[in-house]
Amino acid sequence: MPNGEQLAHDAAQRVARESYGRLVAFLAKRTRDVAQAEDALAEAFVAALKDWPLAGIPDNPDAWLIAVAKRKHIDTTRKNKSHADAAGHLLLLAEELEDMATSAPAIPDERLGLMFACAHPALDASVRSPLILQAVLGLTAEQIAEAFLVSPTTMGQRLSRAKAKIRVAGIPFRVPEPSELGDRLETVLEAIYACFAQGWNEADHLNNALTEEALWLGRLVVQLLPDEAECLGLLSLMLFLQSRRKARRGLDQVFVPLLEQDIALWDLADIDAAEGLLHRAGRMGKMGRYQLEAAIQSVHAARRATGNTDWQALCLLYQALYQVTASAVVKLNWAAAIAESYSVAAGVAALPDAAEFPELERFQPYHAVRADLLARLGKTDEALQAYAKAIELETDNSVRQFLTERALRLRGALN
Amino acid sequence: MQYMLMIYGDESGMVNMTKKDGEQMSAAYAVYTEALQKAGAMVGGDRLHSSADASTVRINAGKTKVLNGPYAESKEQLAGYYLIEAKDLDEAIAWAAKCPGAQTGVMEVRPVWKMVM
Repeated sequence: MPNGEQLAHDAAQRVARESYGRLVAFLAKRTRDVAQAEDALAEAFVAALKDWPLAGIPDNPDAWLIAVAKRKHIDTTRKNKSHADAAGHLLLLAEELEDMATSAPAIPDERLGLMFACAHPALDASVRSPLILQAVLGLTAEQIAEAFLVSPTTMGQRLSRAKAKIRVAGIPFRVPEPSELGDRLETVLEAIYACFAQGWNEADHLNNALTEEALWLGRLVVQLLPDEAECLGLLSLMLFLQSRRKARRGLDQVFVPLLEQDIALWDLADIDAAEGLLHRAGRMGKMGRYQLEAAIQSVHAARRATGNTDWQALCLLYQALYQVTASAVVKLNWAAAIAESYSVAAGVAALPDAAEFPELERFQPYHAVRADLLARLGKTDEALQAYAKAIELETDNSVRQFLTERALRLRGALN
Repeated sequence: MQYMLMIYGDESGMVNMTKKDGEQMSAAYAVYTEALQKAGAMVGGDRLHSSADASTVRINAGKTKVLNGPYAESKEQLAGYYLIEAKDLDEAIAWAAKCPGAQTGVMEVRPVWKMVM
């Protein structure tokens, strides 16, 4: 696509999605029926994505979508008498929306309530991100299935089961009270971050739009909850990571670890935006997991200016993060920071205990970090065993290749 | 909407309970029930006798087959229930969390499927 055309397409898509998400949220809040709200607007949304890049974005995108949705339902009703009742109901909804669009200055933005419903703890954790992508951003089940590496049928079933539960179990579309907001916000932010991680871990990461979708959602929650420090923290974290997307694979697509990345390839605009968000969050005086993770990435990003990595600062940040999360992965990173900051032996001693965290046995980075530290301690045999384990567990070819090269180099030094 | 709050707990704990603990538990349930009534949320509810007093019934080849004991053999058994009126799942969950049963066992919250009769 030529550049101008691409820009027109992106701009149209952005406006169409904003409008679509707001209309779905508004309808779903009234009926508690996400599937029905999506059905009511689906065809109009597809038409908008097709028409707007060519014909230009209409002055009132909401009114345009509503008008088309209404026309489509009249057509459906005429064609299909047996579904007249259902279509009639949708028509009523469309009329209601039209009243809103003409009488009120704007459809109220209920997308935050919709996100809280989609990330409700009563729904299976694995369906929360897909549900948000579909209901808020209008992604199809096929697109989501592809990104999450499951079959479209499976994803479609999971999504419709979740929507049915929202309706049947009476999951509300509302922003929780301040007293419960902290806990409930966690599941929303987790769902957004899971979306980002899914996109990030994909081998062909440059083509995976899921990280962009997660950033979009991250910006949306920041816009809708501007005073919640952790929302800013999450967006900051994602932008720090995103800033390194061009540096994390070499020319031959082989994985490049953070410490060996060419800092000239880091995106400065992303880093600056991430720093700004992190500072804004810090001023709110409400520390949390995402801000700590963003602060860790900020220490790494500082290498751009100083040429060094402040490992002692990283030790402190990982320690604080471990206190919040009690996560084996955090402890692993903490041990790696201790190895750089104090001594390799201290790092090995600080490694999380596989007896305490049995999940580490199947976690590739645990074996890779152990292998690296053991090799540096001169325990070559143990290091090679750990590399073998890491290679066996890794599914991404590019990372496997990187680990294999390390192991071969170590074996070469041995001979 | 109506929700059924089912109280699951370890029955052995109930059997071994001291008289004082038993009184405290009854008092806690009385306070909780009164709170539900005052809020206009109480539709119904009761305590159940232990699963040792349960019978399971099914029809097998046209014959009624009765077995001694509960349907599922598990440590945690249904000990009682409340039927409540709540505006949404969050409100029902909030009531479930306040129930004394949530302290000692597990609460299951199920939306009621209203039948037209």
